[in-house]
Amino acid sequence: MSVITVERKVLEKNDEIARRNRELFALQGTFVINVVSSPGSGKTSVLEQTLQNLKGQLNIAVVEGDVQTDLDAQRIAKFDVPVVQIVTNGGCHLEAKLVNDALQNLSLNNVQLLIIENVGNLVCPSNYDLGEAMKVVVASTTEGDDKPLKYPAMFRNAAVLIINKIDLVPYVNCDLEMLRSNALKINPSLKVFEISCTSRQGIAEWSDWLKQQSLNHSHEIAK
Amino acid sequence: MHELSIAQNIVEIVEQQVSPADRGVVKKVKMKIGEMAGIVSDSLEFCFSAITADTFLKDARLHIDQIPFTINCNTCGVAAASAVGVVVCPQCGGADTTIIGGTELQVTEIELADSLEGS
Repeated sequence: MSVITVERKVLEKNDEIARRNRELFALQGTFVINVVSSPGSGKTSVLEQTLQNLKGQLNIAVVEGDVQTDLDAQRIAKFDVPVVQIVTNGGCHLEAKLVNDALQNLSLNNVQLLIIENVGNLVCPSNYDLGEAMKVVVASTTEGDDKPLKYPAMFRNAAVLIINKIDLVPYVNCDLEMLRSNALKINPSLKVFEISCTSRQGIAEWSDWLKQQSLNHSHEIAK
Repeated sequence: MHELSIAQNIVEIVEQQVSPADRGVVKKVKMKIGEMAGIVSDSLEFCFSAITADTFLKDARLHIDQIPFTINCNTCGVAAASAVGVVVCPQCGGADTTIIGGTELQVTEIELADSLEGS
């Protein structure tokens, strides 16, 4: 009997393609966020509100990931921004290769901010680097305040937490302070925004921060 | 349920590591998987055996070492396994900690039986 010592990361191939994506984004000066959450937390609504606020201030493009349909891409296209839909046909997450393929149909020329909306799933997307600058996790109040403890990897790997549907707090069993503190137990450096896509509370603060991040990024690259 | 995609990546790594002459004798593929890696071992074993059924890996089995989630506190020095993912020190309550185990997702070893030809 003989043994081959390997010590190889299972997802090294994905990581390598993600590295190439990252190089491409850097070359174009594009700031890229990977938006993740469970299904129904309001990722697409957050995108719509963000686009409404930032349109005309920043050149934005969107990649939509879904298991089926291009319904989300249709919603985003109304804002007159370049959008590409990736349909995973059952796949529960986006991989770097899928994003790379999507970029064949999306010019990043002059694009300052690329928003990738991942498939709604709090487990699988956390393992797959797409080449983004940061993951943004959306958690809504209707999901309860214990999600960060139940799905720690997603909250650990994100840089930003958007707590959505805060207008529903009076009606649901969710303690905002508890949700925030559970998330910070997993990832003390999380930047947290509390928003509502219905009342638009907190949207300006989030969009302004995102805009500033994108502009800082372009300046860094230009140096 | 991304275990199928993980299993495909494992097969690719084995294909790259094992020379064609040894392909019939792979007995075991050893892995390290952290508690926080989001992988269900039973699912992964099932997917691995399903996709290797008619291949040179049909007799190979996955051997998974589960790595517990552990943090090291940079303030009080305690190395502790708190709840999975929680990086607050259970001793002093500080958040200046380093994750030292539990995020692994690696192939570590491939075990081969003696060559069939005995050459």
